[in-house]
Amino acid sequence: MSESNDRIPLPPKNAQITNLVCHFCIVGCGYKAYKWPENYEGGRKPDENALGLDFTQQLAPFQACLTPKMVNKIKDNNGKRYNIMIVPDKNCVVNQGLASTRGGMMAHLMYNGKGPSASRLTHPEVYLGANWTKTSWEQALAIYSGVTKKILDNDGPDEIFFNLFDHGGAGGGFENTWGSGKLIFTALGTKMVRIHNRPAYNSECHASRDMGINELNNSYEDAELADVIWSIGNNPYESQTNYFLVHWLPNLQGGTTDKKKKWFPNETVERGRVIFVDPRRTTSIAITESVAGKDNVLHLELNPGTDAALFNGLLTYVVEQGWIDHKFIKERTTGFEEAAKANHMSLEECSQITGVPVEQIKKAAEWSYKPKASGHMPRTMHAYEKGVIWGNDNYRIQSAIVDLVLATGNVGGRRGAGVVRMGGHQEGYARPPYPGPRPAFYIDEEIIAGKGKILTTWACDAFRTTVQAENYRKAVIHRANIVRDAINNARGATNEQLVDVIYDAITNKGGLFLVSIDIYRKPIGEAGHMILPGAVPGEIDLTSMNGERRIRLSERFMDPPGIAKADSLIAADIANAIKVRYEQEGNKKMAERFEGFDWKTPEDAFNDGFRMANKKDVDSQGGSTGDLVTYDRLRELGNNGVQLPVKEIKDGKLIGTEVRYTEKFDTKDGRAKFLPARYNGFLPLAQKEKDKYHFWINNGRVNELWQSQYNDEHVEFRVNRWPMSLVEIGAADAKQLGIKNGDLVEIYNDYGSTQAMAHIVPTMKKGQVFMLAMGYDGTAGDVVTPAVDRNIVPYYKGTWGNVRRVGDAGFNKTVTFKSRQFI
Amino acid sequence: MTVSRRDFFKITGAGTAAVSSIGLTTEAVAETKTTATNKAVLDYPATLIAKVNDLKINKPVMFGYPDNRSPCQLIKMGHAIPGGVGPEQDIVAYSSLCPHMGCPVMYDGDSRSFKCGCHFSVFDPEMEGQQVCGQATENMPRIELIYDAKKDAVYAAGVHGLIYGRLANII
Repeated sequence: MSESNDRIPLPPKNAQITNLVCHFCIVGCGYKAYKWPENYEGGRKPDENALGLDFTQQLAPFQACLTPKMVNKIKDNNGKRYNIMIVPDKNCVVNQGLASTRGGMMAHLMYNGKGPSASRLTHPEVYLGANWTKTSWEQALAIYSGVTKKILDNDGPDEIFFNLFDHGGAGGGFENTWGSGKLIFTALGTKMVRIHNRPAYNSECHASRDMGINELNNSYEDAELADVIWSIGNNPYESQTNYFLVHWLPNLQGGTTDKKKKWFPNETVERGRVIFVDPRRTTSIAITESVAGKDNVLHLELNPGTDAALFNGLLTYVVEQGWIDHKFIKERTTGFEEAAKANHMSLEECSQITGVPVEQIKKAAEWSYKPKASGHMPRTMHAYEKGVIWGNDNYRIQSAIVDLVLATGNVGGRRGAGVVRMGGHQEGYARPPYPGPRPAFYIDEEIIAGKGKILTTWACDAFRTTVQAENYRKAVIHRANIVRDAINNARGATNEQLVDVIYDAITNKGGLFLVSIDIYRKPIGEAGHMILPGAVPGEIDLTSMNGERRIRLSERFMDPPGIAKADSLIAADIANAIKVRYEQEGNKKMAERFEGFDWKTPEDAFNDGFRMANKKDVDSQGGSTGDLVTYDRLRELGNNGVQLPVKEIKDGKLIGTEVRYTEKFDTKDGRAKFLPARYNGFLPLAQKEKDKYHFWINNGRVNELWQSQYNDEHVEFRVNRWPMSLVEIGAADAKQLGIKNGDLVEIYNDYGSTQAMAHIVPTMKKGQVFMLAMGYDGTAGDVVTPAVDRNIVPYYKGTWGNVRRVGDAGFNKTVTFKSRQFI
Repeated sequence: MTVSRRDFFKITGAGTAAVSSIGLTTEAVAETKTTATNKAVLDYPATLIAKVNDLKINKPVMFGYPDNRSPCQLIKMGHAIPGGVGPEQDIVAYSSLCPHMGCPVMYDGDSRSFKCGCHFSVFDPEMEGQQVCGQATENMPRIELIYDAKKDAVYAAGVHGLIYGRLANII
């Protein structure tokens, strides 16, 4: 192939085709994976290639979404070589043939030992002899199980710590959450677990759930049917791209008005409108204005941290106006009067706190809650994400939003509505119940304080993603080095001797045994003692669900790298290794704890967990009808899958659930609960930083980079565009600090210091900057305070710091600093 | 070395039996054009696009390259930029078809960027077609330009990157 990246081989008509859901975001676009022997190609005529496209001439726009990044060459373990092509599925209702820049990259990332995948882990590795070395599963498991068992026997389960994924997609899935959960909560029985993106084992939506409403309660189709969509602390173009493009935009362009007329006869319907709640003007706002017209978009540019006040003011106003659903409140809820009273806030006070003009608040309320000409209440969908979830007291803001939604009847079966989180990654949760309390333990704090003897970080890297990341890294590295010193002095030790050496270091010297289970070496893994290699969808079978609860099976079509394996099978290996140790010493009771891991494939794990929620204690997003979902049935359903929970099987087909709570909410009496949620200022640790430092350090996503950039940092196309984390700054502030586009900038406060690449954005407000979150070079978490809400959910968005120019690193020679906003 | 599909079977002695064992037959491949092997890159034509004198700064010139079914734009940016040719090193050209899904992009003279109205990708002609923000997995395909000082003219001579909707840039 020429250097210029200018050829694509076509799959022949009988190429193997399997279904693959995108590895990445919550939307879960459907893709088709083609695989055929190397050195063969389909012909350019439509009846000569598996795509059915005519490449003897220039294709028209939209006929294909196909680039050199969507093809690759791989080799299976049997030595045979293949071409692969991964392209969006035109028949998938979710993305309808679209790929985002992230999903479109998948073929390029799949393992062949070249390009980005040259960095994929192929073997377990141990830190022996003062460096990393490959090893066998046998040695890795011997050491891991030996240390774990020794801690379990001498100190109990709560000295065994985990940083643990809990989602779907790559690095997740129902099989892997079950396998890891069964090992950790049932077999090991530890409570000392945190989640990949937050320092405790909790939900990002406790408030909504306590009120009886799980956060994924509508369908993507509802965005097509809504009169108004609220996008609260959410940048959908960059974070849920194809949901926004395929389902929101047609509504905003007026393209779904006929559909609305059919669904809602005799009701006033017109093109949809959007209300953005965000202190910052995002690319989503610019695009929406371009598509819908500025008259149909409202941007409430509130002061940071004041969201609860905004929704208090709105609730008060709609109650005063009588724009509430009395019938719904009476028949399907409790606690309205108390909440309305507790949340009471005049528009004047609301405006004074939030900085949003009174007329704008009124306009937002009129659009969303004032009865339409036909007399019907507007169908208003409320969507929120990390501005709320990582906001100033997650529980309070979420309660305030859901209170308003309940008062106006915009949840509970109404189409074109719902109160939903937009989501980050896909979902795929099936685990034994978490054995700990609520609020759970602040795991980072425990580690920093010297607690815990072993920390396994599973498909995540808190070094890049946690709060006060610098303090965290310092503590973990220091404690891990104690164990490294001990290992380094035990030259030629056997596995069992090493177990004792490690145990001594973690018991008598304050050390921490650190293990990373991942697909690449990550900074946290690099600081530790053992790395175990996992695998991604396509290399293994994996099920996940998306933001409208659509479960799909991503089919295996190639082998994982080297001797890497599915995380569910790693969990099984660990459990079985520990079980054997207990059996060898005749401890039947403990051996029994580690039973039930005789899995050969991920499907075995799926059948043991997700499909058994009706028979044993499983917290599963599939619920008690999960047993009806089988791999075979999912294969038949392809990329459209079925929306959980499954209702029944009819004519051999799984019937799913489009919207939730049509009859009852998730409470004892079936009624949704209002919760008092009056704004009461800033979380104390955030207030402290706010008082001391000048700039609000907002942080969040960038479209081209996926979360912690675990693939992206190895991809030339990504690194060229984003060699370092972005920091957006306004023109006046930049001028005052002597900052030009591309300058290296330092951001610092009491918690740490980080650097980023400056981009002057005229719409950024004075005293506010926006940094990429979870960046691999320039980690925003270094300056994030440890402030958390009552359930230990962090206020990532709530930190303040100073900004200074560091210098010119030449980025403006290779990186564009043109506006990212479409208009 | 590259060989035609038919020659491949002759050389390796892989007869119909071996071929049908993987489910492919030579009949499935109807075309008989062989791949040119005298060059490492495709045989791109050299096409005169414009006289530099006729170019106005920040005003695109439309042209088709390597054939009329592939719309392109050439712009004189007014200051030296990466990849720019001409006496000021400021002339660049790109395929006009968005590398995401082929919609023709528009040039916005105010922001000096290409914008695609289909899925809102934005590209920077002053940074080799780099995607500023958007859904493509490639930057804009860049047209290789040659400046002929004697004629004070700019020629298109190749393409870096793959034009949308094609398997190879030359059909």
